Amino acid sequence: MKFALTPRNLVTAALLIGLALLPLYVALTGDRFMLTLFTRIVILAMAAVSLNLILGYSGMMSFGHAAYLGLGGYTTAILSFEGVHSGFIQWPAAIAVSALFALAVGALSLRTRGVYFIMITLAFAQMAYYLASGMARYGGDDGLSLESRSTFAGLIDLSDKTTFYYLCLLLLFASIMLVWRLTNSRFGMVLQGVRSNETRMSAIGYPTFRYKLTGFVIAGTLCGLSGALIANHTDFVSPSMMFWTRSGDLIVMVVLGGMGTLFGPVFGALALLFLEQFLPALISTAVEPFNPAGAAKAGEYWQLVLGPLLLFVVLFARGGIDGMLRALSRRGADAERARHD
Amino acid sequence: MTDALLKVDGLSKRFGGIVATDDLSLTVARGELHAIIGPNGAGKTTLITQLSGQLRCDSGRIQFAGEDITALPPHTRSLKGLARSFQITSLFLDLSVLDNVALAVQAHAGHSFHFWHDARKDDALRQPARAALERAGLSGRADSPAAALSHGEHRQLELAMALAGHPRMLLLDEPMAGLGPEESARMVAMLRALKDEVTILLVEHDMEAVFALADRITVLVYGRVIASGVPDDIRANAQVREAYLGDADKGGVHV
Repeated sequence: MKFALTPRNLVTAALLIGLALLPLYVALTGDRFMLTLFTRIVILAMAAVSLNLILGYSGMMSFGHAAYLGLGGYTTAILSFEGVHSGFIQWPAAIAVSALFALAVGALSLRTRGVYFIMITLAFAQMAYYLASGMARYGGDDGLSLESRSTFAGLIDLSDKTTFYYLCLLLLFASIMLVWRLTNSRFGMVLQGVRSNETRMSAIGYPTFRYKLTGFVIAGTLCGLSGALIANHTDFVSPSMMFWTRSGDLIVMVVLGGMGTLFGPVFGALALLFLEQFLPALISTAVEPFNPAGAAKAGEYWQLVLGPLLLFVVLFARGGIDGMLRALSRRGADAERARHD
Repeated sequence: MTDALLKVDGLSKRFGGIVATDDLSLTVARGELHAIIGPNGAGKTTLITQLSGQLRCDSGRIQFAGEDITALPPHTRSLKGLARSFQITSLFLDLSVLDNVALAVQAHAGHSFHFWHDARKDDALRQPARAALERAGLSGRADSPAAALSHGEHRQLELAMALAGHPRMLLLDEPMAGLGPEESARMVAMLRALKDEVTILLVEHDMEAVFALADRITVLVYGRVIASGVPDDIRANAQVREAYLGDADKGGVHV
């Protein structure tokens, strides 16, 4: 397939270039806050990319994906608390813990389908949440601060915010690359076949369980790594990062951006976190002329706007943001063809 | 007696009080096209579903190529060469026609734990898939999404997918269901061409097609075999006429 200058490709390219050039913008304007916000966007986009592998490409509606963010984060923070600061130990440990958890959850939950699958993944994530709340040594409900960010034997300094941002961005791009290769491989074709019609897959000779489990573990592992990143980003972990609404946020990112598309989760993460960040102020500004006293309060109800927006996407723009861009591109191509005819 | 490829012994299946399969025994010889007919609710699809393994039988034994497969899961049966097509179209509708068949080829090409190379550029999968589409008369639609095909083309795609794994035996569940006369005729021609290469168990309501194609016919009523034999015997069988085909002058069978 050739790269064509469709709106979809242009917007995606603009997004990637924009992400790559963001530190330049920050250096020019001195707007440090944007760097913090975008680091968070990039890390959560990576988590959403990992969820998309199972939710979007294989139709596994995991409602406990935030557990891996927490597991990766807590592994990092606990090791740091116990005096192990090397990222060469922390990060592989975060990956291993997430992988094992995914293996256990997947082995049980993937024997069920539909609502049961959703409930079991949710239940495991809540278990992880309560486990973290109960660990008095590591802060319990209050969470645990990181004494210092992960160290990499002087090779890379994560306390430099720009460096850290680029590391996160690099890992996001690597995750997208990985998902791209995976989904087009034989393995990925099996996952897509399972999403489309699992009964038929087993009828034509696939032991679907082991492929689903493998996909589930890969997604959990990848998300565990983004958990290690988020712990470094906020220098703090708490049980709330595993709460079920967090898993819901990740699902929203994937659905909003476009399920089963390569860059959809990145669009979704960007859109959701932007709304979360700027919608309250926007609402306050809009309400101010009418009710100056209640303007600040009105901003707190930003989710009242987010809800209908999500409804709109689900009802009218099934493919999410990526789907809208694709429809736009198709219309452009049709117009082009009409001109030639 | 010719060499038996599929041998069913005393197969039974109940759903609550309903006996769907009742002590059913059946032998399909290698190379024959064996048709199963019977009125609605006779348990034809239930039989196919038990043979392909989606449904466990309550009792009885199924042997395929001399091996007991009664306890094997569907995918293992499929890998042993027992392929099934579905009565209600069961495809990967959001994938392309060629992807559908390529998935069927891939199922028989060893494990699928290959994570890096583009499966859509893999000639080892794409070539046999194209060949199967060619044989099912669908090569012109290879790149369409499966959802865009007509009903008749869906039936052809079902067949292409069943063929893709080079099965030893095909279980075809009403391949002519819902087809127009022209499409039906084309399907009959295709099956006739196939029956030289592969053993076929055919469940079908279209009597014209059944009597045109079958080497042997088994008649099922309420999950029980009431007759089994060559087409001429079945046509002449009084019990069959009474139970199923209706009186000749009522026009049950015009063959």
